[in-house]
Amino acid sequence: MSLTRNANKAIDGELVLKDARKLLASRIEAPTRRSFLLRTLSLGGLAMLSGCSLDDNESVEKALMAVSRWNDRVQGAIFQPTRLAPTYTEADITRPFPFNAFYGVDEAPEVDEDGFRLEVTGMVADKRSWRLPELRAMAQVDEITRHICVEGWSAIGRWGGVRFSDFLRRVGADTTAKYVGFKCADDYYSSIDMPTALHPQTLLALTYDGKVLPREYGFPMKLRVPTKLGYKNPKHIQAIFVTNTYAGGYWEDQGYNWFGGS
Amino acid sequence: MSLAANPTQPVTPRPAARGGPAVQPAWLRVTHWLNVLAVVVMVLSGWRIYNASPIFDFRFPNAYTLGGWLGGALLWHFAAMWLLVGNGLAYLLLNLATGRMARRLFPVSPRGILRDAWAALRGRLAHDDPRHYNHVQRAAYLFAILDLAALVLSGLAIWKPVQLAWLCDLMGGFQPARTVHFVAMALLVAFIVVHVAMVALVPRTLRTMITGR
Repeated sequence: MSLTRNANKAIDGELVLKDARKLLASRIEAPTRRSFLLRTLSLGGLAMLSGCSLDDNESVEKALMAVSRWNDRVQGAIFQPTRLAPTYTEADITRPFPFNAFYGVDEAPEVDEDGFRLEVTGMVADKRSWRLPELRAMAQVDEITRHICVEGWSAIGRWGGVRFSDFLRRVGADTTAKYVGFKCADDYYSSIDMPTALHPQTLLALTYDGKVLPREYGFPMKLRVPTKLGYKNPKHIQAIFVTNTYAGGYWEDQGYNWFGGS
Repeated sequence: MSLAANPTQPVTPRPAARGGPAVQPAWLRVTHWLNVLAVVVMVLSGWRIYNASPIFDFRFPNAYTLGGWLGGALLWHFAAMWLLVGNGLAYLLLNLATGRMARRLFPVSPRGILRDAWAALRGRLAHDDPRHYNHVQRAAYLFAILDLAALVLSGLAIWKPVQLAWLCDLMGGFQPARTVHFVAMALLVAFIVVHVAMVALVPRTLRTMITGR
């Protein structure tokens, strides 16, 4: 962080930051790598970094992302595969359960059940695609758990479906692989670590509160991971892949911590 | 040092003038200023995180926050936490190992606090020896240490409500842990306001915390 005390430069720096902030405030919904860089370091009003060039900001961003990768490793190390998230009773369920996405509820994708096929690729033995009735024919489990959003709010809900570890074994997934990735009908995407994918409470959820998973909660299916934050629970899943290549995620690529464990 | 710290003894000339050992040892000054950096980053990024889902009926002005948006604030928060905890542990260990904690921050008693607070209000509290902390100071510094511990523990409960479920339960659950975290932050900020005001009243202490003398 160069502390050039050139007056003109400092003023320019401030103006640039101010403009950047204005621009970005309206563009929060249109994330790009570049805007992430600016957003991270538009230190609202703090004169701290005035006089710093954007190149310097880039190195600060790099350092922060490196610490975030380190935090992924720490979280992976303290994750206990058999520790269960607390479960709740029917009476604890938050009603109505909040809708949350990077778009409004009216824009939630409409997936046609008849034409739907779940694609399974990557390090799996059986790459054939799945229809919903086939998933419904597998053993179903139901659980009432707390969904915790990265923003700080939380809500208790009831999800039911196939234990994800059952599904992975059924498709002959290589469970020594590092990651399981998800691609969704709303262009959302995310990926999780294999130990979490195999956690007994991680579900390929097909129902919400005993009914077919409604559109606003992620029809036709959502990954329910009670040991991770909400953004690690992708909805409207269309494709699942098993890989050793880091696959990031929609929010993760903008700066949210990848592991996102709770 | 023990002589100067005993209020019944005549006040000795300030050791700084004689070039004796530093009033504030180097490790203390280093951990103090690293803590300042960590706390400033944690508080300002924490305000931005709070704004994403306020627990009370207000938000912090974004101009006084760090990170630019929730994701940026989280990056700062979860990076500075290592500095806060690592530096805090080093401070505590050195403080205990050198005996400074026992010497400077103890004993402290409610009666002593009332006595010194009353003397301070009447303008009769001497602070000609920067090696000696009065009871109000002792209580305030011990409070800051305990409050920072509460901040770290409630922060861990919010970060890991499943892996550290026992800690989260201790805080009363996930949402109560957020409130504990917030209240501990507010108390720390209140401490900082008073602390900085006191430094402004006795500017010599600022020099002592920088040069040691």
